[in-house]
Amino acid sequence: MEFDVVGKDIKRTDALKKVTGTLDYVIDQKMQGMLYGKLLRSEHAHAKIVNVDASAAKEIPGVYDVITSTDLPQPVPRFGPIKQDQPLLADRVVNYHGEPVAVVLADSEEAAQKALKKIKVEYEKLPSVSKLDDALRADAPIVNPDSIGMYEELGSNICGNWKFGWGDVEAKNRASSFMLKNVYEFPMIHHFPIEPFSCICYPENGGVAIRSPIQHPFILRRVVAKALHMELSQVRVIGNAIGGGFGGKGYPKIEPLTAYLALHTGKPVKIVLSLEEGFFSARRSSSRVTMNTGFDLEGKIQFQDVKVEFLVGAYADTAPRVASKSSYLGCGPYVTPNARIDCRAVYSHTVPSTAFRGFGMPQIVWAVESQMNEASKVLGIDPLEIRLRNLPKKGEILVPGDRPVDGDWEQGLRKAAETIGWGTEKPDGIGRGIAIGIKNPIPASLSKSIVKLHADGSVTVSVGTSEMGQGARTTMGQIAAESIGVPMERVSLIMADTGAVPFDTATAGSRSTVAMGNAVVSACHDIKEQLTEMAHELFADGSQEEVVISRGTIEAYGKSLSYADILAEYFGPNMGEVVGNGTYKGSKIEGHPVGGKADFWEIVFTAAEVSVDTESGKVYTNKLVNVSDVGCIINPLQAEAQEEGAAIMGMGHTFMEQMVYDDSGRLVNGGALDYRVPTIMDIPAEFISKFIENRDGAGPFGAKGIGESGIIAIAPAVAAAVNDTLGIRFRQLPLSAENVWKELHRESK
Amino acid sequence: MSTDLIEIHFSLNGERKTIEVKPYHTLAQVLRDQLDLTGTKLCCEEGECGACTVILNEKAVTSCIVLAPEINGCELKTIEGLVQDGELDPVQEAFIEKGAVQCGYCIPGMIMSAKALLQENNDPCEADIREALAGNLCRCAGYYRIIDAVTSAGKQIREANAAKS
Repeated sequence: MEFDVVGKDIKRTDALKKVTGTLDYVIDQKMQGMLYGKLLRSEHAHAKIVNVDASAAKEIPGVYDVITSTDLPQPVPRFGPIKQDQPLLADRVVNYHGEPVAVVLADSEEAAQKALKKIKVEYEKLPSVSKLDDALRADAPIVNPDSIGMYEELGSNICGNWKFGWGDVEAKNRASSFMLKNVYEFPMIHHFPIEPFSCICYPENGGVAIRSPIQHPFILRRVVAKALHMELSQVRVIGNAIGGGFGGKGYPKIEPLTAYLALHTGKPVKIVLSLEEGFFSARRSSSRVTMNTGFDLEGKIQFQDVKVEFLVGAYADTAPRVASKSSYLGCGPYVTPNARIDCRAVYSHTVPSTAFRGFGMPQIVWAVESQMNEASKVLGIDPLEIRLRNLPKKGEILVPGDRPVDGDWEQGLRKAAETIGWGTEKPDGIGRGIAIGIKNPIPASLSKSIVKLHADGSVTVSVGTSEMGQGARTTMGQIAAESIGVPMERVSLIMADTGAVPFDTATAGSRSTVAMGNAVVSACHDIKEQLTEMAHELFADGSQEEVVISRGTIEAYGKSLSYADILAEYFGPNMGEVVGNGTYKGSKIEGHPVGGKADFWEIVFTAAEVSVDTESGKVYTNKLVNVSDVGCIINPLQAEAQEEGAAIMGMGHTFMEQMVYDDSGRLVNGGALDYRVPTIMDIPAEFISKFIENRDGAGPFGAKGIGESGIIAIAPAVAAAVNDTLGIRFRQLPLSAENVWKELHRESK
Repeated sequence: MSTDLIEIHFSLNGERKTIEVKPYHTLAQVLRDQLDLTGTKLCCEEGECGACTVILNEKAVTSCIVLAPEINGCELKTIEGLVQDGELDPVQEAFIEKGAVQCGYCIPGMIMSAKALLQENNDPCEADIREALAGNLCRCAGYYRIIDAVTSAGKQIREANAAKS
């Protein structure tokens, strides 16, 4: 099948505005009479708020008001996507360093900033926990005692416990020839979007409008409506172009408070967070994964006994879902006849953890794939070979009750190996490593789209998907242009405005190309069906002829009409339009452990080649390869760009990133000076991105989703390469020069 | 701290400007809040991320750590000044062409750093480009396409210069 628009390197339709600095992010926007909000944040990890004195702050010229939780409606409104546990402002107690305690509203940012310094808060410090073992102690202070919800084991910090499994692990445990047990740890990471968290809220139509760089406008709408006791119809979320999200801007953060303030004051209110405050708003869950694996002597997996512990923050956010959904794939991409997975999410007095590119899978895959590399060493089986022996074939079952394997995974693995030069001679000091990353998107999700064919033959596509840099504005346009048969230039997009577009679950989980893409295709088909009916109605005189619609032309009854022609014939000149509705509904199964079957399997094969400066401990990544199975590429330029960006982000958590808490539970390295992310100096000398395109995906034209795949397997591939050259096994990230040097030093003793 | 306004004179994107600024305001604040030139972006506000990069007297600087009075008598170029007679600058053109843009938030600063480099050296090697952009963080794109774009823009500029002479 040849395409006109799909599969082409169409340039981003939003690029012109971005390179000229004319794209308005929320931080760039102003409204008449707008108030600026600034947050006063807790200095302590856990403390009772004894008194807040804002009298001096209120005297600062330009200050409109200072609000603390005692000024809010009582009980204090709480919000959250899963549990309604996070107060708009700290409610009598602060539960993490950086939690908002008060908000200043002023007519300028400067006045608000000045007033912040005049607020005096008296705290009574309480014991806190910021590390996994401390939070699990029997006498640990309880982090979230007020919030009794669906998961907590009362009287402990366990926020949730999930168990998955099949077969008989106990029996196999006795029978396996070879068993391996190791513990793998993954640190807390911050998303570090370059665009700060920001939002503007204002009263509108008897309700509230929220302008925010939000990935999931419909989740934000629901959460705000619930927190503020409003109807969905009273909350309009206008998802603005996002300056980097990565999951961090997925779930509500400052919007519920800002929406409340706009309703309370009757004025537009803008809150922008600093980069440091971003660190107090979102992070990846740190993890400790204990892998106990049984093999036969040929290296085939007999059982996996996996214990996953995620350290989550002081409030649930979406962390319970990250924990349950990722640990569900705790056996990775391999045929596992017997499995037992036990996952716990544990509260702590730290920043609430949330979605982050890969949604828990980088943590899980770090463990699964490091374990495979260790097994390969002990069993004396090549790392590529041991994977080939355990990889399922297309159509085989990976997880009982879930989607069968939907791709040729061996093909992808071999391609990655071949690209890195697997099996060829290595120069001295060079190490190679390989790893596989896997993920499923959001089961049981829903995407709707409305496509309008206008009287002049141009097209408007309405989707709830947000543009966060991933390029959905362009790819959705391509999918619509291809499906309806008009040039790309004739398609406009309306995105992420809940007041204008139909429902969508989320812009997350690499799902949009498949889920929303299918919704757009089905809306375009709806239009074509209507056009066919219109042709019959206009021209059929007794006999029904076939109507052929191709590339914007309708052929029937000896006539050839453009879209504009048939609309004019049917509705009259300059009038009317054809409105198509499209829906994609993911598999939804009652009682299924994660809600339903995967829409597709997102799979990536990563290979790395490194050398190490043994004097300094610095690891140099000479070559990095990602091969992703995408089914069919909608836009090659953007697909490759996604893979590259994700890989470099993975280099960050592999080599340098880690949020550090001190013994008193204070975050010590929030900000650009002390928390380093990869710069242009840190990228591998060579990065190669390749794709598998077998047109076997569940999305439009056989596409599968990507976007997250590139990040998932970087760390285990690189660590395996480091092991290959140094012989040292790392089970904890990051592989900073300091950590590598320490291990080298330990070895030489 | 004096809060008296200070009058400053400077050239902004080729136009002479006289404005009054607060002595403690940064150049980034003045551009964004006083002059409504929001193409210059803000992120770390401590000179570490490069999102607010502008060209001051031919050098790329982070405008979040330049005090506004310091630009008195200077020549300032911002992202808004790159389009000439409706034509994109070759650097802007190359960023689109090479797919170097994703979320776009770091891009104005990235382009200004690249522009400053190419004004000084229109035939940079990869190491030159990496050094010139080392202070510009991008969290989306992975930098490779940005290097391609700057290389390609340099080539464009050299070819245009050759055609003129």
